[in-house]
Amino acid sequence: MIQIKDLHKSYRMGSNSLHVLKGINFSVKEGELVAIMGSSGSGKSTLLNILGMLDVADSGEYILDGIPIKNLNETKAANYRNKFLGFIFQSFNLINYKTALENVALPLYYQGVGRKERQAKAMKYLEQVGLREWSHHVPSELSGGQKQRVAIARAMVAEPKVLLADELTGALDSKTSYEVMDLIQKINDQGNTILVVTHEDDIAHMCKRIVHLRDGVIVEDKEIEQVRASQYVQ
Amino acid sequence: MFNKDRWKEIIEVLTKNGFRTLLTAFGVFWGILILIILLAAGKGLENGIRADFDNIATNSMFIWTRSTTRAYKGLPKDRDFSFKLEDVDLLRQEFPQLRYISARNQLGGFRGSNNVVRGIRTGAYNVYGDYPEFIEQEPMSITRGRFINQNDIAEKRKVAILGAGVVRELYEPGETVLGTYVKIQGVNFLVVGTYKKRSSNGDGEEAQKQIFVPFTAFSQAFNRADRVGWMAITAHDGTSISSLKERIVDFLKEKHKVHPEDQRAIGYFDLFQEFSRVESLFAAMRFIAYFVGILVLLSGIIGVSNIMLIVVKERTREIGIRRALGEDPWSIRKQILMESLFLTLVSGMAGISLGALFIYGINALLEQNGPVDMFMSPSVSLGVVLAALGILTVSGLLAGFIPAQSAIRVRPIDALRAD
Repeated sequence: MIQIKDLHKSYRMGSNSLHVLKGINFSVKEGELVAIMGSSGSGKSTLLNILGMLDVADSGEYILDGIPIKNLNETKAANYRNKFLGFIFQSFNLINYKTALENVALPLYYQGVGRKERQAKAMKYLEQVGLREWSHHVPSELSGGQKQRVAIARAMVAEPKVLLADELTGALDSKTSYEVMDLIQKINDQGNTILVVTHEDDIAHMCKRIVHLRDGVIVEDKEIEQVRASQYVQ
Repeated sequence: MFNKDRWKEIIEVLTKNGFRTLLTAFGVFWGILILIILLAAGKGLENGIRADFDNIATNSMFIWTRSTTRAYKGLPKDRDFSFKLEDVDLLRQEFPQLRYISARNQLGGFRGSNNVVRGIRTGAYNVYGDYPEFIEQEPMSITRGRFINQNDIAEKRKVAILGAGVVRELYEPGETVLGTYVKIQGVNFLVVGTYKKRSSNGDGEEAQKQIFVPFTAFSQAFNRADRVGWMAITAHDGTSISSLKERIVDFLKEKHKVHPEDQRAIGYFDLFQEFSRVESLFAAMRFIAYFVGILVLLSGIIGVSNIMLIVVKERTREIGIRRALGEDPWSIRKQILMESLFLTLVSGMAGISLGALFIYGINALLEQNGPVDMFMSPSVSLGVVLAALGILTVSGLLAGFIPAQSAIRVRPIDALRAD
């Protein structure tokens, strides 16, 4: 699904440049649940941004589902993001004056899907994350866990090839974190490819594979025994 | 364009900070209101002044004689001379472009002594000897009877047409006027008509206190022989009188043996030139109205632009999210532009509506309280309203342009990082 070859990225900081990614090689197959771990400054967020086409690499190859991702203009990048990727952020990033349903329906709106169909589909995904009753509430009326579940529904609604989650439990307490991870695992069980960036060990161990990043290189890449989050959830 | 969700979002964004939006909208509203009122006031002044000119054939000049200032062909300087009746015919032959040439004579004048008597009443009026065509040059409405006709001229009939003001002073209300006699400097004239002039400027009173008698009868009764006091000359519509006046003056100088260089022997007044001058004044007024109005509007537009910049700043994060979710940059640009355009147009239309209401009120007031000097039915044409809408559309787009650019310059990654 994702193939990355010799990816380099450096940032200019005044006169010196900061080499963040120093030749990353890895690939993700369909249906995988991968945790990308590393301390801050290890380059994991940069990697995720490049995977998410929010940032571009200096050199290297990135192929997403057989499509080489390079030389994108903004319009094309937006189009690819919309069709291929679903984002889940640490701070939820819901649009605060739109209801849960409208938030979930946004990616479909950008695709030009009609209003009726959009709402039906959004409702279906909201139901899947267990928030059907909350569809007409604005984010400020929802708890953190609920917000993140809305965000997950929003990431899912366009049926992307890959879900990218950036510290998705970073703003949640551990109980809620496990509930959210339970949801992620269930989505993964349906065959969706998911990449999770985290620095929390327990969250990482709920994935199927852990990639360790340190100082811009992959130091470890191993398959693990998945810990099911459902055992922590009543 | 007519996308329900987009409109919903525009309304949401603009009402979220209602008071701020209102204040911003007020700038545009005020600008367009002032533009409309200035234009309407200019139009009112223009209408008022035009109404005065309406009474007169504007393509006209008046020409009279003074004493010569140079000796010429054996004749001394300081010689008095007059135009003669034959000059009228000569001018007609020489200048076919002229439509009317009226020879005129006058008795009385500004603050003249009493010269008209009827029974025990007397009054001081301007008495003019005129030809029938004069009514074409200075239209007046004949309220009773008739104006001078060709038979009056041919038979030198002693008949008179009195102004409404004369009738008011010399007759009892309701008294029969036609068929009575008035004595003008000792000579009896039969009243055959009355007139009323419509005029809104200051000499309205004076204009109703005139008496017209046939030119020939005037000459005979008051011993003017074939002398002509002055001439009112109107050219055909195709030719401007200003282009003919030099030649007319030269022709008359030649005829009356006046030195060609003598600038003072013949006096004239070119109404057309005065009228053109007023026309350019109107143009200048319109220019000032647009200039001031648009400048005021501009400050409103800058306000809108400013607020839109703030809105974009406030929504940096939201724009980042939307871009991450895959919204096309063009769609974001369109959103900002439409918000700005919507705000400008709505507040502008409110300004236009209130301006129209204001003008309506002024007109109602004017109608109630009668005419005012130099001001009549202020109005703005549909063209002006359309122009204002055009200005609003352009300025709304301009106001949104910079904020829209700054919105699409937001990089999603930076926006999302800005916690």
